[in-house]
Amino acid sequence: MVPIEHYISLSAVLFMIGTLGVLTRRNAIVIFMSIELMLNAANLLFVAFAQEYAALSGHIFVFFVMTVAAAEVAVGLALIVAIFRSRGTIDIDEMNQLKG
Amino acid sequence: MHFAEATNGPTFFSLAPWIVFFPVIGLLINLVFGKRLGERFVGFTASLASGAALVVSALLALSLRAHPEGEIVRLADWITIGSLQLEWAFRVDTLSTTMMLVVSGVGTLIHIYAAGYMFYDVRYKEEGDPGAFKPSYTRFFIYLNLFIAFMMTLVGADNYLMLFVGWEGVGLCSFLLIGFWFNRNPDATIGVENANAAKKAFITNRVGDFGFLIAIFLTFWFFGSLQFDAVAEAVEHAAEHVPSWVIPTIALFMLLGVTGKSAQLPLYVWLPDAMAGPTPVSALIHAATMVTAGVYLVTRSFPIFEASHLAQTTVATVGAITALFAATIAVGQFDIKKVLAYSTVSQLGFMVAAVGMGAFVAGMFHLVTHAFFKALLFLGSGSVILGVERGHHPLDTTGDGHAHHGDDAHEAHHESGHDSHGEHGLPFDPQDMRNMGGLRRQMPLTFWVYLIGSLALAGIFPFAGFWSKDEILADASHEFPLAYILLSIAAFFTAFYMGRQVWLVFFGKSRTHAAAAAKESPPAMTVPLVVLAALSVFGGALNIPEITAAMHDLPWLHAFQHWLEYTMGEAAHVGEFSLSVALTSTVAALSAILLAWLLYGRRPLQEGQEDPLRRLLGPVFAAMNAKWWVDELYETLIIGPYRRLAAFLADRVDWDFWHDWFHDSVLAGGFNSLARTLAEPVDLGFVDRVSTWLAAGTAWLSRGLGRVQSGFVRNYALMVFLGVVAIMSFIIFR
Repeated sequence: MVPIEHYISLSAVLFMIGTLGVLTRRNAIVIFMSIELMLNAANLLFVAFAQEYAALSGHIFVFFVMTVAAAEVAVGLALIVAIFRSRGTIDIDEMNQLKG
Repeated sequence: MHFAEATNGPTFFSLAPWIVFFPVIGLLINLVFGKRLGERFVGFTASLASGAALVVSALLALSLRAHPEGEIVRLADWITIGSLQLEWAFRVDTLSTTMMLVVSGVGTLIHIYAAGYMFYDVRYKEEGDPGAFKPSYTRFFIYLNLFIAFMMTLVGADNYLMLFVGWEGVGLCSFLLIGFWFNRNPDATIGVENANAAKKAFITNRVGDFGFLIAIFLTFWFFGSLQFDAVAEAVEHAAEHVPSWVIPTIALFMLLGVTGKSAQLPLYVWLPDAMAGPTPVSALIHAATMVTAGVYLVTRSFPIFEASHLAQTTVATVGAITALFAATIAVGQFDIKKVLAYSTVSQLGFMVAAVGMGAFVAGMFHLVTHAFFKALLFLGSGSVILGVERGHHPLDTTGDGHAHHGDDAHEAHHESGHDSHGEHGLPFDPQDMRNMGGLRRQMPLTFWVYLIGSLALAGIFPFAGFWSKDEILADASHEFPLAYILLSIAAFFTAFYMGRQVWLVFFGKSRTHAAAAAKESPPAMTVPLVVLAALSVFGGALNIPEITAAMHDLPWLHAFQHWLEYTMGEAAHVGEFSLSVALTSTVAALSAILLAWLLYGRRPLQEGQEDPLRRLLGPVFAAMNAKWWVDELYETLIIGPYRRLAAFLADRVDWDFWHDWFHDSVLAGGFNSLARTLAEPVDLGFVDRVSTWLAAGTAWLSRGLGRVQSGFVRNYALMVFLGVVAIMSFIIFR
């Protein structure tokens, strides 16, 4: 039986990798992927604790998260396609029209 | 005229208020319709209104014969405050009815006279077409009717306050009529001398009225009522209720009112100046009626005066000194009306002295006869003045009747027009006796009636003045020897100045063209003169004394005394007739007339000649001519300091202190500096700066925060991340 600390550590590493990806990368697709990585880190933690405490609600939450992530990716990719069509790039630093 | 046998008969007492209503109706008619209906109608209405008042007065007198106790006719409530209850009530008794008869009788005659006189006067004083309607004519008769109404209120009053209303009302009418030609001088040049004379009369009377008011207040305060009967009763029992100083004080304050209205020392100065009014006014108001109001007041208040010996002595002394003092001034005057004015002051002195001595009957008797002959003399002088004026510049008018149809036109060889001047380069003065002379031939009727008036005033037997003046002297010889001496000397002067006037005016040769061309006056003026002359001759019959024992049973002896006895009881006594007094005064009067003849009759005054009296008396005559410098004395003692005080108050206190210092410096300056303090340090320095700081701070903050809003999504994400970390650390490590 793998102790819970290992799951937590793995999940934290994955989440940090995703966070750094969001903060450092300029390609919008990669950022999406990094967000996916953060979501899955959270999912991992959900199922780990669900197993640890033998509670079913953690599993159910994971399904919800995956559903929302799928929907989010669909909307996000559609936005990225629209941005690429209007500006010819998907570099996230070029999208700074709303600065103060 | 014995009234005892007639104890029943019709009474008309309830008509009493109409003595006021009729003149008021008359003036209202003239006020509303006067302009439309013309001068003839105005004069007629006014005379009729006054005549109606005379008829009512006569009816009241008739009723009094049957019911001599009289009646109080209540008209309306006036003032009801606590215990003070005043009514508009007319007191009909023998005393008040005597005054009503005099006022309305003489008043009516003067109205008729004025209807003729003012026709010329308004045309001489006003520019423009002499044929046109003159509004001043209506104005004059409105004032005159108003005067009758107020005078009737005065004499008919049943309490002191109603009397005071009339008292002030006649003062107002006097003011209005003295200043009738308010934009002219007495010599008819443009100026404000007449208005000044009116003001002088009004203000001098204010001083007297102040005294009268104080007397009224004191009466109410100590006696609790102002009704004559109630006051008389309270005075009778005064010894138990009030301090002893009260009655003399009331009487002396009342005397101050009397000196104002009846022109006694020291307040007489307004009356000679009051001659600025048209002559009928001088006759009616300033000789016959209004100025006798003071005498009436003292007689009406006889219980108060009888109760204080000090007050009686003071009143009698004031009257006697005034009588002599004014008579000496009259000797030195050249203005025909001024002589009569000072004569009036002097004669009023006789009356005041008489009522002061307690000789109320003699005083009232002289009041009545004086009203007759002094009105006659004034109206006669008006006739003379008008005659000379018409001789000076004939009035060419085809006006609305008035017995005058341009028959002056043939006098064309005389200078005419308003701007023409007399011989001395001064404006021609038709009132100056030096400009007259010989008028006996031009104005015979005026001459005869004037002569009668003069003899009556001089106190020659058997004219009215002889009886009344003799009665005063007889009383004085018993009661108050000092007054007797003063009054006798005054009587001597009276005869002298009247002789001087008659000889200067009517005898000798005409000293100017105007006098030579003088015209007799129209009938509207001469008829009243004749009536008054008849009254001046026979007026003495009112109160003939018992000269010899053989007359003892005659029923008409002392008729006037018996008449007043019904009202005044014991107070209506007369002194015994004294042959020595009568002879002394007659001899004095005759010798004065002889002296006047020696000076003015034997060698008539020539054109440009000095008055012979000036040669004879030198500086004394100058002093009399200058009226003993009383006006100048008042100017120095009272008016000058008062003016300086007024100027000081106006320039220093009001302007410099209040306006410049207090208002400008303190109020306005203080407010300005306060406003500046608020504006600069407080508003600009604090309030304004705070908002500037606020604005600048907000701008600075927004600039700083705006930099955070970089538009780089990853920055936002980092912020969110850091925020989450911070919140988590807070939750975990707190």
